[in-house]
Amino acid sequence: MINALGSPQSLLLLGGTSEIGLALAHKLIADRCRRVVLAGRPSHRLDEAADELRAAGAQVDVVPFDAEDADSHPTVVEKAFVEDIDLAVVAFGVLGDQSEAERSGTHAVKIAATNYVGALSVTVPVSQAMQRQGHGAIVVLSSVAGERPRKANFVYGSSKAGLDAFATGLGDALQGTGVHVLVVRPGFVRTKMTAHLEPAPLSTTPEQVADAIVQGLRRRKETIWVPGAMRFVMSALRHVPRPLFRKLPV
Amino acid sequence: MWQGGPVTTERRLLAGWGSTAPTAADVMSPASLDEVVKAVGDAPARGVLPRGLGRSYGDAAQNAGGLVVDLTGCTRVRRFDVEAGVIDVEAGLSLHTLMRQVLPFGWFVPVTPGTRYVTVGGAIGADIHGKNHHVEGTFAQHVRSIDLLLASGEVRTVTPDDDPDVFWATAGGMGLTGIVLAATIQLLPVETSLMSVDTERAANLDALLDRLATTDDRYRYSVAWIDLLARGARMGRSVITRGDHARLDQLPRRKRVEPFAFSPHPLASMPAGIVPPGLLNKATVAAFNELWYRKAPADKRGQLQSIAAFFHPLDLVDRWNRIYGRPGLVQYQFTVPYGAEDVVRTAVDRLSAAGSPAFLAVLKRFGAGNPGPLSFPSPGWTLALDLPTNMSGLARLLDDLDELVVGAGGRIYLAKDSRLRPELLPAMYPRLDEWRDVRSRLDPAGTFASDLSRRLDL
Repeated sequence: MINALGSPQSLLLLGGTSEIGLALAHKLIADRCRRVVLAGRPSHRLDEAADELRAAGAQVDVVPFDAEDADSHPTVVEKAFVEDIDLAVVAFGVLGDQSEAERSGTHAVKIAATNYVGALSVTVPVSQAMQRQGHGAIVVLSSVAGERPRKANFVYGSSKAGLDAFATGLGDALQGTGVHVLVVRPGFVRTKMTAHLEPAPLSTTPEQVADAIVQGLRRRKETIWVPGAMRFVMSALRHVPRPLFRKLPV
Repeated sequence: MWQGGPVTTERRLLAGWGSTAPTAADVMSPASLDEVVKAVGDAPARGVLPRGLGRSYGDAAQNAGGLVVDLTGCTRVRRFDVEAGVIDVEAGLSLHTLMRQVLPFGWFVPVTPGTRYVTVGGAIGADIHGKNHHVEGTFAQHVRSIDLLLASGEVRTVTPDDDPDVFWATAGGMGLTGIVLAATIQLLPVETSLMSVDTERAANLDALLDRLATTDDRYRYSVAWIDLLARGARMGRSVITRGDHARLDQLPRRKRVEPFAFSPHPLASMPAGIVPPGLLNKATVAAFNELWYRKAPADKRGQLQSIAAFFHPLDLVDRWNRIYGRPGLVQYQFTVPYGAEDVVRTAVDRLSAAGSPAFLAVLKRFGAGNPGPLSFPSPGWTLALDLPTNMSGLARLLDDLDELVVGAGGRIYLAKDSRLRPELLPAMYPRLDEWRDVRSRLDPAGTFASDLSRRLDL
């Protein structure tokens, strides 16, 4: 159960090798989380992540999960919910290659299939299972990139915009069911996924995002920005006229 | 809508009095005990749990995804022996109503907590205590028998003599051994409905501990309020209130005509959703505490007070918990044995150092414990405090205090808990396995379940 101060005892990490997800898992295990279900593509990295969480003191189950294989998602969720899941984190996603996505519809669709369609197809059964158990929290990792499309990564941005709209609406729809949805909008996070990119201003780390999620759960927030200042930056950027916006070095 | 037999249920969000961690359950509100028996016969997979007036601070009366039986409609008085002061009532009756029924006949409830709005069933399930614990023990110690609905569907009349294991596993068993349908209670004879109260102030914690330790045995009721925000030499400054039921000859003549007058009503009601965030901060609470301390007489004897003013000042504001706003509150109550005064000192010191905006911090001394394996009170000190959940560093602070409490052989109160680390439970309640044995004998399939039982793996 999630306690009065927002600490969960069981965690389902969708995207079992996500650096943000694993940083969060380690923080939660240090608190009271005792059971972790790592859902991800079978790999050496996934097994390693499971071993590290076990060493930290959790009981870890690994469930094979492919974000693009929507048909398999109900089974993945069923396997995770053999016992109550207090917190599910939708942490998977691909950045993709923007220039390739502009040239190849297949690549663009691949980004959308993982980040948007995959997230929907797994989060819907998760939210059903949580409504049946009458409690739980779902954390959805959105991005500031979904807030206003910019030419440098609008394919990725559009997938996150769709996911963000879905998660925000889901949070409203689940009012009164005992299930809480927290939408997380990080700025540039320095991870393996972004190692080849120049860090943007206000860049952040997986640990900082994980800390912000812990705080957000504690305060039962519905949306958080990481770092917090991003909220004001994006609020300003959202209103910049397009002719000017497309000339900005963002 | 889920149709469980003939009784309608409604999916509802339930929380404890602290308004934290709400979960959804199918709630049924039976009008008779027969309907309760039927509902347990058709128990859903996620189990059944009785609920009364929801005054437990944490998640003891929640059953996420399962069935919750709201017993507040079952309030019949089945038998009242006015001569002997023995009353047999259904479990949903509140202590408030019970007092109103029995006071005119010269009887009072044997034990009352800081609110009258708890049910008899809840009082037994949480094995509640009051300001007279050092003299008269817990509520369950005055219960002569209970009608307990077991998971099998059998209704068994359980007494402390004939079936001590089941009786004492149920007293303090947090509703997990079965549903208390009715109980027979031995009442306390009183001559009036007023209290004769002595009030004094203690300048700091050492003065308070000393004062209570040397003079507590002179009073039936005793409690101290501590200003948790006072620092330095004034740390632990407090107001001690103690007393007993006033005798008829202590009343002024005009009041002797109607010695049992009792008509308490809330003075005000806390409306929903108007509390500005951050209303309870260090400055506002410090101002309140200063006022509360200053307004208390430095030393006053034999003051006549109403039952409501002496026992239940918080009941004067209906839904006072709303003052904590959306984030809600946690109540932290622990007990440590005599000799572990240092833990009380350290706790007050850390809480005041953290600037806890707590305006309810209460210290009292417990007397002997009872045979209940999960009963909270045992000889020693008990400190209870309300803390806003959005206080920074609260989770860590309370986890650290838990360790100190366990280290001293103490425990925290399950009826108020909403955040304990489950690993600490067996050390706090060394007879936990004994309780689990009785429970698994009575309910092998785990029909009775709560968020508390899931969270702490009870």
